[in-house]
Parts: sequence; C-alpha cells; structure tokens
Amino acid sequence: MNTYIEFNAVYVIVAREFKKFIREKSRLLSTIARPLLWLFIVGSGMSRLVTTSIGVPYMQFIFPGILGMTILFSSIFSSISIIWDKEFGFLKEILVAPVSRFSIVIGKALSGTVLSTFQAIIILAFFPFIGLSLGIGQIAEVIFICIALSFSISAFGIVLATFYDNYESFSVIINFIIMPMFFLSGAMYPVKLLPVFLQFVSRANPLTYGIDAMKHAIFTHKTGVMSPDFSYIIDIAVLIGTSIFFVLAAGKAFESKK
Amino acid sequence: MPIITVQNLTKNFDKITAVNDISFEVEEGSIFGFLGPNGAGKTTTINILCTLLSPTAGKTFIAGHDCMKEPSEVRKAIGLVFQDTTLDKDLTAYENLIFHAYLYNVPKQKMRERVYDALKFAELYDRRDDLVKKFSGGMKRRLEVARGLIHRPRVLFLDEPTLGLDPQSRANLWEFIKELPRQHNVTIFMTTHYMEEAEVCDRIAIMDNGKIIATGSPAELKTTIGGDVVYIRTADNSKSKEEIKRLLGFEVSEKGDELYMTCAMGDTCIPEMLRTIGGRVLSVRLQRPTLNDVFLKLTGKAIRDEEASSNDDVKTFVRAYRRKH
Repeated sequence: MNTYIEFNAVYVIVAREFKKFIREKSRLLSTIARPLLWLFIVGSGMSRLVTTSIGVPYMQFIFPGILGMTILFSSIFSSISIIWDKEFGFLKEILVAPVSRFSIVIGKALSGTVLSTFQAIIILAFFPFIGLSLGIGQIAEVIFICIALSFSISAFGIVLATFYDNYESFSVIINFIIMPMFFLSGAMYPVKLLPVFLQFVSRANPLTYGIDAMKHAIFTHKTGVMSPDFSYIIDIAVLIGTSIFFVLAAGKAFESKK
Repeated sequence: MPIITVQNLTKNFDKITAVNDISFEVEEGSIFGFLGPNGAGKTTTINILCTLLSPTAGKTFIAGHDCMKEPSEVRKAIGLVFQDTTLDKDLTAYENLIFHAYLYNVPKQKMRERVYDALKFAELYDRRDDLVKKFSGGMKRRLEVARGLIHRPRVLFLDEPTLGLDPQSRANLWEFIKELPRQHNVTIFMTTHYMEEAEVCDRIAIMDNGKIIATGSPAELKTTIGGDVVYIRTADNSKSKEEIKRLLGFEVSEKGDELYMTCAMGDTCIPEMLRTIGGRVLSVRLQRPTLNDVFLKLTGKAIRDEEASSNDDVKTFVRAYRRKH
C-alpha cells in the first residue's frame, strides 16, 4: 500500500467536511442534543436509583460515557459520509484525482476527528453543571483522549463504509454496531459488573478504552465498583494501537475497491 | 505522437465481454467522439482510460504514460466530466473549484486566479458564492467542465456531457466545448447519444457490442453511406420492398413503418421509384446523410432507440459486478 500523504488533499478534505458541518445547523443541534438528553434525563433519573456509596454521583459517573457517545455517533456518521459521497457521485471526483488512497482515508479520518472532538468539547463544557470540578490539566488530558478516540472510531467508520454502497444500510449500522458498541463500553455501567461473556465483548470494543481513559482523567477516586476497569497505560496504548490498525485497514479496504 | 493510444484493449466482467479487443489513437488538440448505443462499452473504456478500472488485457497510454503502471501521472494529465454530476451540491461554486485545485495540487499562488478564470469561463462568476444545488442542469455542466480544466489537463473526458439538458442548454454547451481545444490547448475525448452533436468532432469512432466498427471524420463516415437516404411509407411495405429490390436493384431496409434505401442521387431515384410502385406510396422523404444514418447502417439501429433488453442486462450486470468487487 502506498502510504504517501498529500497534505493539500488531506487539508481540503477536512476543510470541506468542516464547512458543511458548520453550515448544517440541524446536524450540530441533533448531535449535541442526544448526549445532553442522556446526561440530564437518563442521568438524573438513574441517580435516584443508584446510591452515591459507589464513589461518585451517577450523573458524574456517566459523564465520560456521554463524551464517548458523542464521539461514537459523530465519528461513525462523519466517516459514513463516504457512502453519501458515493451515492451523490462526489467520491468519483476524489478518486480520479492524482491523490493516494491513503491520503483520502487520512483526510476522512481527520475530518471525523475534528468534528467529533469539536462536539465533545462542547459537551465537556457542561461539567460544572453536574457538580464536577476539573483543572486545566485534566481538561487538556480529556481533550487529548477525545482526539485519539475520535480518530480510532472514525477510521473504524471508514472500514464500515467500504462494505456498504447505499445509505439504507444506515439503520443496520446503527442498530447492530453503534448501539451495542455504546452499551458495551462501560459508559452506563462498569465493565466489571457485566456477565463474563459480555465483558469479553467489551474488551474488544475500542470505545471501552476511550471511556475508561477519560474516567482516569476525570476522577481522582480510584477505588470502588465505579472506578476505571483498566490501567491508564493500557487504555492509551489501545487507543493509539487501534487508530493505527483501523487507518491501515481502511486504506487497504479503500485501495482494493475497483 | 498521439495523445491517447489504446492497443488491443479487452475487459471482461465475469462472463460478459464489455470491451472486445479494441485499438485506436487520438491526435493531440482534436475533438474525438466515441459513439455507440447504451452498453456498447464506451463508459467501460473511459473508466479504464481514467484508471478507475483495470483492463483484462491490452494497453492504454495517455500523454505517454501507461494507465496501468503510472496511474498518478495519467490522472494529472486528464480532466473528467462524468455522466452523472460529481459536484458537491452543498458547497458553493467557488468552493467546489477550490476543492479541485487543492486536490490536484495547483500551486498556491495560482489557485485563486485559476478558479476565478474558470468561473468567468463558465459564465458563473457572479454566482460563485451560491450553493451548487441552486444551479440549473446547464450551469452545473458548465461548472463541471470548467472545473475539469483547472489543473490544466492535456485530455478532457466528457461522458455524455449534454445528457438531461434542454435543447438550448445543449446548444450553448457545445458552443462552449468547441472552443476548448483552441483556448485551453486540450484534447477532447467525448461520448454522446445525440448524433447531430457529434458533428463537432474531428474524428469519430463508433462502437457496438464491445467492438469498434468504424472510425473516421464525420464527412468520411457519411460518404460510406454511399449517398442520400430515401424513406417511403407505402400501403403494403413487404410487397413494395420486394418489388423495389427486384425491379430497381436497391437494398431496402425497414424501420418502424418506413422503408429506406440508399441511393447516390436521391432526387433522381425518387421519380424512378414512384414509376415502379407508384400507387402504393403514401409518403416520401429524402434525407442527406447524417451521422445517424451512418450509425443506422453500421449497427442496424438508431442510437437513441430504446435499447434491446440485452444491453440493459449488460449495464445491470456491470453494476452488480462493481458492487461485488
């Protein structure tokens, strides 16, 4: 595989997605509304049910998970814009250009990263409203994790997009990939409380490690049932490892499309 | 040296042969027309030339570069306007063009200038900040053609550029396309369904069932018809057909409810025919040869006739094949 990267091409692919995103107010609204609904409605309902003896209030506990959810939806959706481009013919304009397939994949993955991180930062700004107090260092840490997680999931989304040709397949992706990924990521409940079989699935889910890393960064409380499931080092290593793996896989999948 | 060389090109999709051992050359600075009914293999050939598809056998060169071995060099040398629009409708005209300029690595200091030139050339300068979805079909086409020229390609491919346009936009677009070789020093490789539009070509290749069945300038091709075409409608076509054949020695063919025959001098042929089968003739018309007649003679069908289902099958098949691979 040719891994040569054309910076102009990567830049313009990202710039296009960003411009379109900014223009589409409804998309911005819906991607921000979903996590906030989960955080404030599900979160406040559940916090009546779950005692604070677990270490942190439930609404705070799910905060990293909600950030993960924002990134999951936004990254998958922005990568899957490839299917849209395919349907409306624009992908052809990109494919006939003298640009390596790898640059196109990098461009698409970075578009997803920029958009997801941007949205995650908006959600992150709500932390004072749920009683969290974060220092500048912690915020920077969380943003860094958001970038790594966004890149990994975006690259995963591109791999998915190469399997589908039309956008009717969206519902399949949402029901059979996005929702299970979310529920088995430790976002709403700790992975260690899951049945063994499901724990196994959770461990194969990159989102789990992203959310776990954010738990490390946000909570100083490191014991009890709601504490992180893995070590911080493992979380970061998995995020970086899956980013590289998925982006190479996406490049490969894209190249073999003839 | 020719700018495009195709040697013994063949492309199979599983069991179907879409392109069957074709060879041709295109001279630099000319307008080359690639004609044929749906499913003849035109689009497959174009996709191979522009490196989107790999051939089963044969070689293709553009501007001296092998399409298989140096796809990147070939892509730099070509511009493309596809049958279906490939503009981003949610971006403005200007943004679509600047996107293209970045993608083709146009030097930064020349980018703006070239994009503005292209907008002026497409007569869309005043609409540059409008979203493309607000444009008419003709405006989109002009924008796409202008976009295809931003990186100064040596060959511009136009695949059915006038498809779906109203007659007036079509005429305007051809005026615009005719100027390209002179103004932009570019070779045009085009396909079209409208034979009258192919008159602008310097050379034409006619393709049918994956084979090239004729090449030449429009004038040369028309002389192969061997003269004017006389169309008649009669009260009893099969009887008249038989009589004209037997008594006058003309080869008569049938199309719809008309009979037609080719004769060197149509004006003298008509009275002769009227004397022979006079009573049965309902109407007569004389047609000077057009490319459509050439096509009709070579393939036995009009280019715009609804194609027999076999060709549609090829198209569906090719689509299914692409999806699988």
